Amino acid sequence: MSIAATFGKAKAEGRSVLVGCMPAGFPTVDDSITSMVAMAEAGCDVIEVELPYSDPVMDGPVIQKASDIALAAGVRTRDTLKIIEAVSATGATVVLMTYWNPIEKYGVDAFARDLASAGATGMITPDLIPDEAGEWIAAADKYAIDKTFLVSPSSTDERLAMTVANCRGFVYATALMGVTGARTSVSSQAPELVARIRAADPDLPVGVGLGVGTGAQAAEVAAFADGVIVGSALIRCVLEAPDLATGHQRLRALSAELAEGVRAGKPA
Amino acid sequence: MSAPVLPDLSGHFGQFGGRFVPEALVGALDELEAAYRSAKNDPVFQERFTGLLRDYAGTPSLLYRAERLSDAIGAEVFLKREDLNHTGAHKVRNVLGQALLAKRMGKPRVIAETGAGQHGVASATAAALLDLECVVYMGETDTERQALNVARMRMLGATVVPVTNGSRTLKDALNEALRDWVSSVDTTHYLLGTAAGPHPFPEIVRDFVGGIGIEAREQILDRIGKLPDAVVACVGGGSNAIGIFHAFVPDEGVRLYGFEAGGDGIETGRHAASITGGSVGVLHGNRTYLLQDEDGQTKESHSISAGLDYPGVGPEHAWLHDTGRASYEPVTDAEAMSAFQLLCRTEGIIPAIESAHALAGAAKIAPRLAAELGRPATMIINLSGRGDKDVHTAGAYFGILDENEVIVPGEVT
Repeated sequence: MSIAATFGKAKAEGRSVLVGCMPAGFPTVDDSITSMVAMAEAGCDVIEVELPYSDPVMDGPVIQKASDIALAAGVRTRDTLKIIEAVSATGATVVLMTYWNPIEKYGVDAFARDLASAGATGMITPDLIPDEAGEWIAAADKYAIDKTFLVSPSSTDERLAMTVANCRGFVYATALMGVTGARTSVSSQAPELVARIRAADPDLPVGVGLGVGTGAQAAEVAAFADGVIVGSALIRCVLEAPDLATGHQRLRALSAELAEGVRAGKPA
Repeated sequence: MSAPVLPDLSGHFGQFGGRFVPEALVGALDELEAAYRSAKNDPVFQERFTGLLRDYAGTPSLLYRAERLSDAIGAEVFLKREDLNHTGAHKVRNVLGQALLAKRMGKPRVIAETGAGQHGVASATAAALLDLECVVYMGETDTERQALNVARMRMLGATVVPVTNGSRTLKDALNEALRDWVSSVDTTHYLLGTAAGPHPFPEIVRDFVGGIGIEAREQILDRIGKLPDAVVACVGGGSNAIGIFHAFVPDEGVRLYGFEAGGDGIETGRHAASITGGSVGVLHGNRTYLLQDEDGQTKESHSISAGLDYPGVGPEHAWLHDTGRASYEPVTDAEAMSAFQLLCRTEGIIPAIESAHALAGAAKIAPRLAAELGRPATMIINLSGRGDKDVHTAGAYFGILDENEVIVPGEVT
């Protein structure tokens, strides 16, 4: 399903979209596919596959560690594409989250082509701002891949409008000034940021990420955002489990809890 | 034909440079750029900066004609004595400038990354002088290798945070500093240690260290009445090199040579030579040459010199390389250490191992230039730092640490 259709369906159901993130190849290629399929079955509407990168400056300790494990196991860019293909084939909506250098190294046009043919519908670029994204925007448009750039509480109105205008599918609102990782409470900056985005473009769906890890927090964010993005808390299910079977059980349980959260959040 | 003013308005040097950062940092980079533009045109700021450089850091640094070294390598060598600056290297120029900018922006806290600890010590020094809180990120591997510099930073009141991610070296310290900054931009200035990173850092750092070249150019004209045939520097991130090159870029007759850390040799894959042994990509906020694998993952760098042990290089060097205005070549650990010893024995100066790469490079090009010119070449070598911090590394390398066994390999006693 396309990003637009996924958000449209959730809206029709009076709820928010749940986006669950997992690094490709963590802890192995096959296990990451199992994790992602489990997340989708348990209620994640969108699977955000993160391409493991050696220098993930936007990520906190959990995603860094999972990425390091995947890279140490030898995961390659082409494995990430294979994983996307396998997960998309189950009917899940898949987007890729990736730092920029691996894409530039692969070849921007070639990557967009291969990403589209693997079945991904969009790509999130945490360290690529629209100002530097000319080549990416051209390739994404050519292969009809949705472009998700990030906006931050520190973005000026001018930058926010420019960034939103360059997004297609949804925009990623970083709830707070910081890196990825679950926090004990939802950022107070997030509702205001979402309101500013809506003022710039009332139609573009807004996903909120950074700091969400429980069903209750998902409900809190779902009350004001179109999408709730969860990464570290889900990854930790696998990272901290004594074995993979337990990890996948916990992953299903948390995905289900979060899925309930995004349905509880909207005022009736 | 006049040369273009670089970086351009969007922070690019040709295809290099730019801003490849999370959106959360763009506001802080814009704020920094605005503060820098206004400071540049503010005589009060400039007087404070040049006053501190003169009265506190000890610049202009001397330009010293090194006769015995000249004889040894077959060139007329002038050393730009940045090693005599307060804190022992050119880096004090950059940290004083940036710490003054932090004050100007009303930010009470500075953070820095450091490899060998030199930039960390310099940052802690400037923070102490200007009453700023200072946090230094340093790879855990480096905190172990450079325990004395950790102690220095702590004496100066800084907090040193060992970084345990990734390869636990400089690049990971830089990642961690960026993560801190994403979370703390309202109160914190990131005191970046080299002429790399996202715009406007490459320009700001270049300008703050640019006094090296401006002074050297005046000094050499005053001394010999003409410009040198060559200007020589070592290149890691490239701040000392851009600092001495920049004033000479318009002087077309002056050859510019940057020497990268060749480690065990480019062919072994164990080196830190981003330009001569790497390829174009994006790392730490800018497009430049870097060490990367075929998937664009950053490769670990290797050098005996902790200050050159970085897998990227500043974008202006990438541009100077592509345009052919400057030449970059690798120097191996062994060549650098041989030059290290040569300077000790001919001039009574213990150089930083970083600077020894420039000395080794100068020795390599001297015969080539002499053949081309039909006379010994006149060159200025940037002696970017002193070797006190390297005594342990060099002592171990030469096998002279055991007091009972004071024998240098290869030396006839």
